[in-house]
Amino acid sequence: MSAIGHAPPPFFNRGPGPLVRLFFFVSASLILLVVDLRFHSLEWIRLSIATAIWPVQRVAWMPIDAAGDVAHYFVRQSALEQQNAKLRHERIEASQSLLRQRHLEDENQRLRILLDMRARQPVTGRVAEIIYAARDPFARRVFIDKGLQHGVRDGQVVVDEKGVLGQVIRSFPLTAEVSLLTDKRQAIPVQVQRNGLRSVLSGAGGGRMELRFLAGSADVKVGDVLVTSGLDGVYLAGLPVARVVKVERDNAYVFARIACEPMAGIEQHGLVLALESRAALPMLPSGLLAPEKAKSEKPRSR
Amino acid sequence: MQPTLASRRILLPVSNWFIALSLCLALLLNLIPFGHLPGIPDWVALVLAFWCLHQPLKVGMSVGFAFGLMMDVVDASVLGQHALAYVLLAYASAALSRRVLWFPLSQQALHIFLLLLATQLVMLLARMLGGAQFPGFAWFLSSVTGALLWHPLTYILLAPQFRSHDKDVHRPI
Repeated sequence: MSAIGHAPPPFFNRGPGPLVRLFFFVSASLILLVVDLRFHSLEWIRLSIATAIWPVQRVAWMPIDAAGDVAHYFVRQSALEQQNAKLRHERIEASQSLLRQRHLEDENQRLRILLDMRARQPVTGRVAEIIYAARDPFARRVFIDKGLQHGVRDGQVVVDEKGVLGQVIRSFPLTAEVSLLTDKRQAIPVQVQRNGLRSVLSGAGGGRMELRFLAGSADVKVGDVLVTSGLDGVYLAGLPVARVVKVERDNAYVFARIACEPMAGIEQHGLVLALESRAALPMLPSGLLAPEKAKSEKPRSR
Repeated sequence: MQPTLASRRILLPVSNWFIALSLCLALLLNLIPFGHLPGIPDWVALVLAFWCLHQPLKVGMSVGFAFGLMMDVVDASVLGQHALAYVLLAYASAALSRRVLWFPLSQQALHIFLLLLATQLVMLLARMLGGAQFPGFAWFLSSVTGALLWHPLTYILLAPQFRSHDKDVHRPI
């Protein structure tokens, strides 16, 4: 404080020094990294930045959109006719099973009422289009063109006409981010369609998936189809997920190495269906969990 | 005539608007969805390094941090990944600015290559510690293309400062 009552004029005042600023920004980024990776509590920052940057993003898509339009314009008429015939054929084939499905669903409902079981929730979906693959090279994610405003929420399952594609992990006002099944951090509970063997399928990157923690003697063959087991209450039971392509049984390891490839066209872009989220299953009664807890606490006391 | 400190030419002062415009254009280029195509340069990192080298008093770590956050959101990566890498990039290029600009452009590009590679390594480290998968070596190609673009980029971004000092009606440029 100077005698006159104000600070001396700031000659060549450039604020804090570069090392101080470096320390500040690096620690801010590290805090962001840790908070986002561990606690996932920064979604509001992400949402607000994403909303602000949306118009710029829209402009950036224009060249890619234009390229797609040009490619559409030059498609041959014969190709279109072929596609049209194929689609008509598929529709006839699908319609007869759909007709029967309506009848079967009614019958199922009646039987469930007779047996006094909880009725299954009817599931509706929303058609969306994959706009582009996220640029992040460390994960396998795509963006779809439906978001919060269309009722797409976090945790919804995304399927295409052949099987499960992935799960919505973040929803923005007009878009949503879908984590593909081949992402390393994505897992899905499945069962083998042939014998009902249950397991968890996890992504392995590079368009492949892995069936983990199945004993070397487990009854899994090449060509087996894996469908969702519905045990988690997120995925509907019975949706096709993947096909087993390689089974390696090595006596040196406890578990078999089972490689699978997804049924859905995961690395292709097209129309998908975001299924409405289901109500969560009720929690397990606490008595069931107690023995496991006691087991896990034992080694600590030693 | 090369735009290095070794050349005798005195440039016009840079306009703040042009710096902001070039950074926003770089962000726009980064937003074009190329998916996982290897060799697409990180335009924001490149332009940020350019301005931190040429104007270390105007563009610094705070700009890097802000653009890093925006890149994190649009890239669907972990919040703070690009921010950390860009802050370190801004600091390193500002620290090198007195030295690098005396070199001819090809040798400047070599410096830039190492800076961009270090930026990518920081991002790799941040994500691998978080348990992500390795993206493959083709991902590092974007540093190579970034360094190759240094020569044309320097001329484009310095063009407004190359205008003549006293305007001549017979010679518009």
